[in-house]
Amino acid sequence: MYVAVKGGEQAIARSLEHLAEARRGDTAVPELTLKQIREQLRLGVARVMQEGSLYDEELASLAIRQAAGDMLEAIFLLRAYRTTLPRFGYTLPLDTSAMRVRRRVSGTFKDIPGGQVLGPTYDYTQRLLDFGATPPAAAVLADAPLASPMPRVLDLLDAEALIERIEPGSDPEPVDLTREPLMFPADRATRLQNLARGDEGFLLGMAYSTQRGYAESHPFAGEIRMGEVDVVVCPEELGFAIEIGSITLTECQMINQFHGGNGLPPQFTRGYGLCMGEGERKAMSMALVDRALRCDELAEPNYAPAQNQEFVLSHSDSVEASGFVQHLKLPHYVDFQAELSLLRTLAAQHAADSDEPLLSAVGGQQS
Amino acid sequence: MTYNFAFLDEDTKRMLRRSLLKAVAIPGYQVPFGSREMPLPYGWGTGGIQVTAALLGPDDVLKVIDQGADDTTNAVNIRRFFARVAGVATTERTVDATLIQTRHRIPETSLREDQILVFQVPEPEPLRTLEPREAETRTLHALADYGLMHVKLYEDIAQYGHIATSYDYPVRVDGRFLTSPSPIPKFDNPKLHQSPALMLFGAGREKRLYAIPPYTEVESLAFDDHPFEIQQWEHQCELCGSGESYLDEVIVDDRGTRMFVCSDTDFCGQRRAEAQA
Repeated sequence: MYVAVKGGEQAIARSLEHLAEARRGDTAVPELTLKQIREQLRLGVARVMQEGSLYDEELASLAIRQAAGDMLEAIFLLRAYRTTLPRFGYTLPLDTSAMRVRRRVSGTFKDIPGGQVLGPTYDYTQRLLDFGATPPAAAVLADAPLASPMPRVLDLLDAEALIERIEPGSDPEPVDLTREPLMFPADRATRLQNLARGDEGFLLGMAYSTQRGYAESHPFAGEIRMGEVDVVVCPEELGFAIEIGSITLTECQMINQFHGGNGLPPQFTRGYGLCMGEGERKAMSMALVDRALRCDELAEPNYAPAQNQEFVLSHSDSVEASGFVQHLKLPHYVDFQAELSLLRTLAAQHAADSDEPLLSAVGGQQS
Repeated sequence: MTYNFAFLDEDTKRMLRRSLLKAVAIPGYQVPFGSREMPLPYGWGTGGIQVTAALLGPDDVLKVIDQGADDTTNAVNIRRFFARVAGVATTERTVDATLIQTRHRIPETSLREDQILVFQVPEPEPLRTLEPREAETRTLHALADYGLMHVKLYEDIAQYGHIATSYDYPVRVDGRFLTSPSPIPKFDNPKLHQSPALMLFGAGREKRLYAIPPYTEVESLAFDDHPFEIQQWEHQCELCGSGESYLDEVIVDDRGTRMFVCSDTDFCGQRRAEAQA
């Protein structure tokens, strides 16, 4: 009887079989192909690539299938694979101003050079369930191609010196958070790296809190753009830059009010969000949280959770959070035994002190 | 594709070994390290697994325990992992192991100089529940300012008449750093003191390593008039009859009948084998 309390190899082996069976479901239904996932669940693929920190649509599709659609599990799978990959080089900084834009909207100006471009968005779908098969659809081509490069909305304000200027190349050399531990206080580049890997739901909630009075920063969506950006590397042995491909990105630049402080004049400030694939909700959330985390730099009162970098950065990662929350299902009976023992002592003391009979339900006769 | 011996690449192992050397050189100090994402979840032993991976050689004999037992599912899974990615010999016998990875216990059998004990650590910072800010706790360690912890223990005594911490009981290592022994029951704390075996602690999610080198002073915090005490049982193990080991309480029927057995399955099994011989 006692032996049954403890698990073992066999139990794990059987569990893996159950899992494989459950994952596959009814074998009369064809298995999803990676191509189907990649083509028809592209937003899920984008999230897994983004939070998995690995731009590979095929591997992300594989992870989603293997995880039976559990995005956090898929992200974990991709991260565990990524950790084994060697670093053979780094790209040059991506130039999002040269993005081949498919979507670009601004909440700050009615019309902007290059225009408002909705692109493929769920924003105006009315969310009515489409019963029946989705008919094949082809978009009607626009009369004229989009401006290329598409001018950036924030550069227009920049010309008027109304928005803080961030000089190109002024960023410190970034650390790689997957190779170096996160240390506090973390600089902005490190914070952004952490947020980029952070859980979308966590960032969404944090961003939302800043809109409801916990670090109000009066944001405007200066520009959101989505499209393809070339990836360029400059191998040492070549000595010149070469393009190795292009990736889809979503970028959000928030414009936030700032009344001046820390020697800075009143001006608009920036919050920044960037995301692999189509990930507008994530990019916008990231931008709001990024701006909130700049409170010390801008001498703003620091009181809200979203402004507390130890709070935000230490709890943003879904793989860390999911692992630690769920580790509670591991055996803790040694510690629990220690607590039982302590609690019985305390309860006995309490009973002796208050002359109340000890509830017999507690049981045990341990000292 | 095939993975490198013991999963991690050699550069990562070197980084880990260098961090471990630093940890050994500064007993009890939490060394930040570039913790890697492992194929097992954070909170399930990723720190210990990385330390083990960095130390394992082809001739090592590995033992993995969780709650003192070799056959708990997570211990089985970690042992399976290393058998798969390193192909090393594994054992359930404490005396046969060169490297023991553990969660929540120190084996009852005394360890030797040629053995290493690797602890899985969920929260390396003993002050964390008293001070959540990492920047602040690092400063407190730098100043060896452990007043917070002493006040906490004092408040226990003022309120309950004794210290009400039963596991993860704070220790002072080599008279310097306040250190978490990981959530072992305080019953195991005395085994940390002057241990012949090297003790290494890995916290993967929190990205910290620390060490208690062999034959190091490890003092469980206490007061002169309230000395440190460990758990004691009126029972003996019902399987092997031991009166000195840490006991788990098992509920054996729906009337709440209890049975007390050794948490260290190897210790218990060896005693039973000897009794039968």
